[in-house]
Amino acid sequence: MMLNIVEKEAVILIEVKEERLDAHNSGELKSQMLSLFEEGKNNIVVALHDVRFVDSSGLGALVSGFKNASARNGNLKLCGLQTQVKSMFELTRLHRVFEIFPDTAEALASF
Amino acid sequence: MNEKIEVDIKVPNQTRYLGLIGKIGEDIARTLKKYHGDREELAYHLNLVLTEAMANAICHANEGDPDKEVHIAITFADRVLNIKVYDQGQGFDVNSLPVPDFQNLEDHGRGIYIIRTLMDRVTYEKHDYGNVLEMQKTLT
Repeated sequence: MMLNIVEKEAVILIEVKEERLDAHNSGELKSQMLSLFEEGKNNIVVALHDVRFVDSSGLGALVSGFKNASARNGNLKLCGLQTQVKSMFELTRLHRVFEIFPDTAEALASF
Repeated sequence: MNEKIEVDIKVPNQTRYLGLIGKIGEDIARTLKKYHGDREELAYHLNLVLTEAMANAICHANEGDPDKEVHIAITFADRVLNIKVYDQGQGFDVNSLPVPDFQNLEDHGRGIYIIRTLMDRVTYEKHDYGNVLEMQKTLT
């Protein structure tokens, strides 16, 4: 899957450059985040501007990242959710779990 | 004229085909005559329930075996959309699956909950060589 990973000082920005985040590619996002945690990089922003569709596996990968970041005293925040993607977080009540920002700059500045 | 649509498709038991099947659901939502709801929302929901049901068949029922296949039959008649997803596995009891625990964060277990929330009726039953997950929704 296409991911842009950029270090922004103490925060890692992961831009998901895919239209779909689903059972086909979410495993790659999950393992990419795990390697970052192993390197001690525990503060992450996942930018979903390009993602038009997310399924329960995609949500599961983000939940996994959030849990791992929290367990290491870090955080995983989200930005750039399209309307329908945001409604998925509401349907599964995950909007109460994640900090969600409209754009990348705000998400990065929140750390 | 009564609008009647039938789509019957078989794909290999691989997640790379999820997007293709989801797209068919979106296109049906955008093509239907006389739908009074939010079409873009319906497009997302049909993409989602097809993706969830098919991923379930691939990863759980058919246990990721790439030589198996998934058969999807979509019909629309008398304003009722019916989606059947056939797997070739042992099956599971759809009624035994719990509602996700919203307090404790789990990585898995939201797929069937999503399908049940978005569709009017969901059943999972045996057929000749596996099981069929059937989902229905009335679209007005």
